Amino acid sequence: MSATMSQKARILAVAAVLLALAIIVPLSSSFVVLLATRALVFAILAMSVDILLGFAGLASLGQAAYLSVGAYLTAILAAKYQFGLGWDFWLVVLFAVLLGAATAAFFGLFAVRATGVYFLMITLALGQCVWGLAYRWNSLTNGDNGINLTSRPNFGLDLANERTFFFLVFAFFSVTLLMLYVLVRSPFGRSLEGIRERELRMQILGYNTWLHKYIAFVIAGAVGGLSGVLWAHTNGLVSPDTVVLTTSVDALLMVVLGGAGTLVGGAIGSAIVFGLREYLSTLVPWWQYVLGGVYVLTILYMPMGLMGLPARIRQWRGARSRSANGQSLMPAQS
Amino acid sequence: MQFWLIQAFNGISYGALLFLLGSGLSLIFGVMRIVNLSHGSYFLWGGYIALSVIWATGSWGLSLPLAALAVALIGLVMERVFLRPLGFDPLRQVLLTVGFAYLFQQGALDIWGGNNMEINPPSALTHSVVLGGMYFPLYRLFMITTALAIGLTIWLGMEKTRVGAMVRATVDDAQMARGVGIDTNRVSMLIFALGALLAAVGGVIGGAFLGVYPGLDFEVLPLAFAVVIIGGMGSLGGAAIGAMLVGLADNFGKALFPELAYFTLYAPMVLILAIKPTGLFGRE
Amino acid sequence: MMSKFAMRVGFILMSACVAVAAGLTPAAAQENLRIGLLSPMTGFLSQTGQDMTHGFQLYLEEHHGMLGGAKVDLIVEDTQGKPDTAVTKAKKLALQDHVDMFIGGVLASTGYALAPVSTEQKTVYISSVAAADDLTQRQLDKYPYFIRTTWTSSLPNHPLGQWACEQGYKKVVAIAADYAFGYESVGGFQKAFEDCGGKVIQKIWPPLGNKDFGPFIPTIKSDADVIYSLMVGPMAPQFPKQLREAGVKLPIIAGGTSYDDYNVAFDSDVVVGDVSALMYSAALQTPKNGAFVKSFRAKYNAVPGYYAEANYTTAQMVDEAIAKSGGKFPGPEQFIKNMLGLKIDAARGPVSFDDMRNPVENVYIRKVEKTTLFGDAKPELWNVVIKTYPNVSQFWTYGKDAFLKQPVYNRDFPPCKYCE
Repeated sequence: MSATMSQKARILAVAAVLLALAIIVPLSSSFVVLLATRALVFAILAMSVDILLGFAGLASLGQAAYLSVGAYLTAILAAKYQFGLGWDFWLVVLFAVLLGAATAAFFGLFAVRATGVYFLMITLALGQCVWGLAYRWNSLTNGDNGINLTSRPNFGLDLANERTFFFLVFAFFSVTLLMLYVLVRSPFGRSLEGIRERELRMQILGYNTWLHKYIAFVIAGAVGGLSGVLWAHTNGLVSPDTVVLTTSVDALLMVVLGGAGTLVGGAIGSAIVFGLREYLSTLVPWWQYVLGGVYVLTILYMPMGLMGLPARIRQWRGARSRSANGQSLMPAQS
Repeated sequence: MQFWLIQAFNGISYGALLFLLGSGLSLIFGVMRIVNLSHGSYFLWGGYIALSVIWATGSWGLSLPLAALAVALIGLVMERVFLRPLGFDPLRQVLLTVGFAYLFQQGALDIWGGNNMEINPPSALTHSVVLGGMYFPLYRLFMITTALAIGLTIWLGMEKTRVGAMVRATVDDAQMARGVGIDTNRVSMLIFALGALLAAVGGVIGGAFLGVYPGLDFEVLPLAFAVVIIGGMGSLGGAAIGAMLVGLADNFGKALFPELAYFTLYAPMVLILAIKPTGLFGRE
Repeated sequence: MMSKFAMRVGFILMSACVAVAAGLTPAAAQENLRIGLLSPMTGFLSQTGQDMTHGFQLYLEEHHGMLGGAKVDLIVEDTQGKPDTAVTKAKKLALQDHVDMFIGGVLASTGYALAPVSTEQKTVYISSVAAADDLTQRQLDKYPYFIRTTWTSSLPNHPLGQWACEQGYKKVVAIAADYAFGYESVGGFQKAFEDCGGKVIQKIWPPLGNKDFGPFIPTIKSDADVIYSLMVGPMAPQFPKQLREAGVKLPIIAGGTSYDDYNVAFDSDVVVGDVSALMYSAALQTPKNGAFVKSFRAKYNAVPGYYAEANYTTAQMVDEAIAKSGGKFPGPEQFIKNMLGLKIDAARGPVSFDDMRNPVENVYIRKVEKTTLFGDAKPELWNVVIKTYPNVSQFWTYGKDAFLKQPVYNRDFPPCKYCE
């Protein structure tokens, strides 16, 4: 019973925070609005990483590939075919999600056979292949000049206004969060967690673990594609710089910082990283050390990320006599 | 004919550098099951520290051992203070090394600035040997011989000494090794430091060849991965073969199929991993 | 316990947001000239970013923080070398700091990303480095608030092609970094060189950042009489070194970034004799440049490369443009008109503007020599000027309309007619 209660309370907490964000951010300065928008777009990508890391136990260093696939699709359709700038924007969203899923379906055939560090490396290699394509396929992607989007879509909302655009991104984030939440709470999601914990046992129980992981991979790709559409419209330009390794590493960092397996952990991590990177960087030149330091400390002392902080404090208070190390990265229970 | 010989030579010399870079990574994984994502940083810092030594003393010959030892020390500290307390949690350790890679990168930028620098070897090594009308740069020969010497030394150490036997036992089965009384913690520390040292040596030698500049750390990291993936984790011989294969494939790939230059490294990696997820010579 | 946690988290987040929001409300002092400088202060382009910032700040200091009679509020923002960060910072500068203009951007993709922001925000954007050809060519109409104060990638390569032909070179092998800047540089060189009667017989494109030229050097065709190289960043010191080690004795003529002044000092002596073309050389023996190099060296202990000079001169241009309006920012349209009407004597020589808002300036053919200049303690490597082409515009001798009819220089244009 207390588990359900704590679950309800958690949902309420998240909803409250989201509501607060929706009210406060638009009232702040333009810079905060811009940052919050970018952080939310990235948070969607981080959620796709979290599906893999926090729920399936697979650390991927190649999620930027799906963001770029969605972003380039949006940019090419807009710039070359003037498609997606009106109500057809929603079609572009659909296409991007499908394309992200398709790419992941293809890549997954190679990647999901591996686990652990091999998975890490193969996703890295796949991500780099996409980067290479973005760079060299000049006729399609315009190479390193990138593709400019002429304007934000117009379907009755003035999206050139940064605050209105923020609401759109916010809506996408919330809906995605909701959908993924339903997913991880479903039997499928539970099976994933079971695979993360003890794959052999799940196989003995008769689960097709490969298929479960593969589906998770495809879903992560779909979410990544979605984030790409928003990314393209946030910045107005898509270039190979989007697909670099550091983007994927950033997403992984954000999830770890915020707490893997919590979905919102990615958003928290995104807020922290963007806040530090873009806000602190305007104040002090040594912000990289702060970021690196926060990250290292989180891994060492708060393996469940910031979301795991209260549990950690409780544990520390209650278990002072016992040593509290050896805690695994993924939460054993939600 | 000349073309093939020169390209093969180039590929092998590049492979020698990759061996220094990748063997450390392979050993670290073999013993500790960690993929050290700050390995590129060790490579870079090796180059930078060597530069500082050269600026301070003017001696290139001194820079190699000093830089190697300094980075080995850094590796030692990192293992002891940060990695060991995490216990056996490979994923967390990997992520920790990423954090350190960031810190190392920023630190290098603050200490040495952002210029593209390079290590100028003694002029004796800047000439080329001419054989049959073909030019073989002495420096590349030096790279090959150094890698060979170091590789042999380590191999001998592994095969013929007690410490080497302990390392091999730990690689094979850490639990059993502990069971027979081997101090696997010590072995881990030793191997981590050795891995860092190898990377640093690579950085010093590569400094004349690739340069020393911010961003090099993340650029060589995928190369180290490629070596280890193709050659298999934990195997020194595998690292050597992997390094040669990567060096030759990269070289010939760029020379014969320049259109695909961005993929000559990653596509084979993906294929090999897809077929044999533990690498060509890996064992799991 | 859980709901308490939720409340705590919510409260913390809310206070954080409020604090952040409050802390960022700007205090506007509208009489001052507000300038935003976008440069990569961190990341792999950080050295470039520092040079850009230093160049601009040096001019400001020499003029007591005033440009054109107006006091300057300079806000330097870090783009981290990424176009999306540049866009965010530019928007912040426009929306929140209410800058009169933002200056900077290094990569071509950053230039292309920032130009639309200037249109959207109706704020002047001065590109002081980004050289992408088309920004001031076929794309210009989209960006009425955009002006460029430095160069296009192909600008110095046209006269270089002409010069190479005049030297008697007939067959060129071009080896250039495989990206847009490389394509546009080679394109400019090839057009002028072949129009004069020369032939480009091979094009080799090592990937951007490639430092091991082992695979590429043996493929260089043996019947060439000269090599055109376009290298950037860490590629630049490696290529000539490895070329000579491989026994290739062909002379090198290059795009300016292959031998950029601030890097050339670190090269080994093997580059002596290599020729390159750029609209600037730190070795330029004019009083204006001498003064600039001396004060830059004194303050920053480094030789200024073209990134520093570009921003120093941009500051100079803003100075004169604002002075024309009596010390007040006259609004973006008039400001651009003022800029376009300038004829200034910069460190790089005389500069004016064409009607596509790109500079018309000298191009210097330079050769690396080991000599002492500007008070060197011992001989250093300098790009000594051996020939000057005055009043070079982005269209060279082709005329604007004829030039704009052809496509942008890219990997396949001009086509390599003489390659097999």
